[in-house]
Amino acid sequence: MIYEISYTALVFFFIFVGLVIGLSFYFGRKTRSSSSYYAAGGQIHWGVNGIAFAGDYLSAASFLGICGMIAVSGFDGFLYAIGFLGGWIVALFLIAEPFKRLGKYTFTDALNAKFNSRAITLSASVSTLIVSVFYLIPQMVGAGDLVMPLLGMPHWAGVLLVGAIVIVIVASAGMASTTYVQFLKGGLLIVLSLVLTFFILKNGLTLTPDFKGNSSHYTFMELTPQVEDDKVVAVPDWNVIAQQVIGDKTFVKLSQNGIERWFDWERGHDSSLLKEALTVTQQANGQTLYNGEPKENRRFYQVGHMSKIVVNGREVEQTGPLSPFEFLSTLQKSEIVRFLQVKFPDGADQVSLYYQEPTAGASFMLPGLKYKIGRDANLWSKLDFISLMLALFLGTAALPHILIRYYTVKTPRDARKSTILAIAAIGGFYILTLFMGLGSAVNGVLDLESSNMAAPLLARAFGAVLFSIISAVAFATVLGTVAGLIVASSGAIAHDFIDVYLKKNLSDDRKVKLGKIAAFVVGIFAILLGMAFKGINVSFLVGWAFAIAASANLPAILFLLFWKKTSETGIAASIIVGIVSSLIIILTSPTMWDKYGLDPESAIHQLENPALISFPLAVLTVYLVSLRCPRRSSNADIENSTG
Amino acid sequence: MHVNNTSTEKESLTKRKSSLGIRLFFIYLVFYAGFVLIGVFQYELLAIQIFGGLNLALAYGIGLIVFAVILGVLYNYYCTKYEDEADTEQANEMKERGTA
Repeated sequence: MIYEISYTALVFFFIFVGLVIGLSFYFGRKTRSSSSYYAAGGQIHWGVNGIAFAGDYLSAASFLGICGMIAVSGFDGFLYAIGFLGGWIVALFLIAEPFKRLGKYTFTDALNAKFNSRAITLSASVSTLIVSVFYLIPQMVGAGDLVMPLLGMPHWAGVLLVGAIVIVIVASAGMASTTYVQFLKGGLLIVLSLVLTFFILKNGLTLTPDFKGNSSHYTFMELTPQVEDDKVVAVPDWNVIAQQVIGDKTFVKLSQNGIERWFDWERGHDSSLLKEALTVTQQANGQTLYNGEPKENRRFYQVGHMSKIVVNGREVEQTGPLSPFEFLSTLQKSEIVRFLQVKFPDGADQVSLYYQEPTAGASFMLPGLKYKIGRDANLWSKLDFISLMLALFLGTAALPHILIRYYTVKTPRDARKSTILAIAAIGGFYILTLFMGLGSAVNGVLDLESSNMAAPLLARAFGAVLFSIISAVAFATVLGTVAGLIVASSGAIAHDFIDVYLKKNLSDDRKVKLGKIAAFVVGIFAILLGMAFKGINVSFLVGWAFAIAASANLPAILFLLFWKKTSETGIAASIIVGIVSSLIIILTSPTMWDKYGLDPESAIHQLENPALISFPLAVLTVYLVSLRCPRRSSNADIENSTG
Repeated sequence: MHVNNTSTEKESLTKRKSSLGIRLFFIYLVFYAGFVLIGVFQYELLAIQIFGGLNLALAYGIGLIVFAVILGVLYNYYCTKYEDEADTEQANEMKERGTA
């Protein structure tokens, strides 16, 4: 899709980024010791920390990914919201306070507080690093998506920009500045989502969303063909070029004034209709055509509309302002047009075609369009659904960059209060994603090439100012989350691995310096991965990070906190088994098969999310290994048991 | 028997809080698992209209989010209460010791 540069957006964007970097330098001057670099000196107020928690958590996955997936697949996107929030229950009720009592700066310190085991240090720092990197990928992908319409840049340039800014932030200040950045952005994101939801409801539902001239609604062409022997032979004003059968659909290529367009041939018993489709054609000569024309001609329309609006059993053109309940129930009774993608070769060209699929509101508002659990379900798809819900539920409490937030406040009481504030803020936000996602599904704003931009593009329909502020905040969202993740991974490398594992006994000064070098290296790595995973929904990618975190870290944490016989060997083994098994399943999943350029159908298994297998495996490991190799009673242990 | 010293007292407080946490966790787990299981085994139920024209899927999903917030607030209320009780107990004990 092609985007114009908006100068209003640019101004807001630079003000925001400037503010963020300014803040981080301000706090950077206060950062002297390693404790203030990694944990903000344990001096953050719980209220600030709570919103910062929310800011950390409402990453690109929540704002961009969930809204995008709801816009494209309906209720299935909301599954992520439900699971992401459920995860906080595990964090709050089981982990938050005991964990705060255990640790110092990092996840590894806490796990190791009782043992002082080198095996734990090594495995936990590796796990922190891998989970952080998997969480970084979607953030970078989201950043690239955001920058395209904002600054008119290509995807890779956006990824590079975010990476560079974040490296500057992290290298200058560490945890204190990321906390205030997250606080600012978490608060703004919630306020702006409220504003956007208000506009959606005030606007109501309409068959022709044009926002009083802010954007022009495009009505797709419908042509009546002449048919002979199962072939389209003539269409008034168009030349018939070719016909292709893909599955149970037939697509027809027509041309007018030298421009080729594809149509979806809908055949009824006595009627026949050609409905306009959207195409992206990769030509053999390397050129890419959008609906048969170069990108600049803007023929690749934004989509998403309703084909029927039903109020009180009657079809209407538009509804006018709606209450939240009316909005959801009206959608449920109406009909929404989704666009489904097929890919096929056309001579030497590769065609990606998106055709209209009218979908009953009743099924759009149920799970099943992406995760098949009702009709068309098979065993794999049901297992995949369970696996996803398990990963989301168990992953939150095991994310290293979330765990380190417990150390930025003074007392366990403060850690608890921050967590509850975070749950309330995040929960409220997730309910809003439902309206923002559905709003983008029906207001003609979707970019078919990337679902991640649904919410910001919807904001654009309501006005350039709202769009620019929301994009700037979303960008800051990515910046903040990436910064937090890089601090967590640099802590894993510099503090856990080099200082503790290799026993280098670094001075405080050297430790901070080393952390910054590590941050730089991880940052570069994240930039490269962000470029490689372009185009995949960021929530889906985050689902993987959650699955790895849940499998590698959570069994270890839970057993450590709740089972006295847990041994150091058991913890280390369980972390390794969790990482290895989840990575193997992810790397052999259908989505990765597609990335390798193979047919996803031919993948070794059809499980997209590994948690269902890797989590129980890690639990079993920590249990069995702890029984086989019981813990040594070390000095640290005796000290701890006497309190 | 009045042999409680400060550290065991703290431990009893910790135990009280963590057992509350565990109980609330299992309550939530039942509801969360309920949603997943209905989805897998009784998919048709999710389409039933519940109230305000919302189907069960939406009502249950939004309900799970609201329920988490309510449980969180409850947990904080009781934990703070336990902590305050422990504090007064400790303060009283200090007073007793001071006068003895």
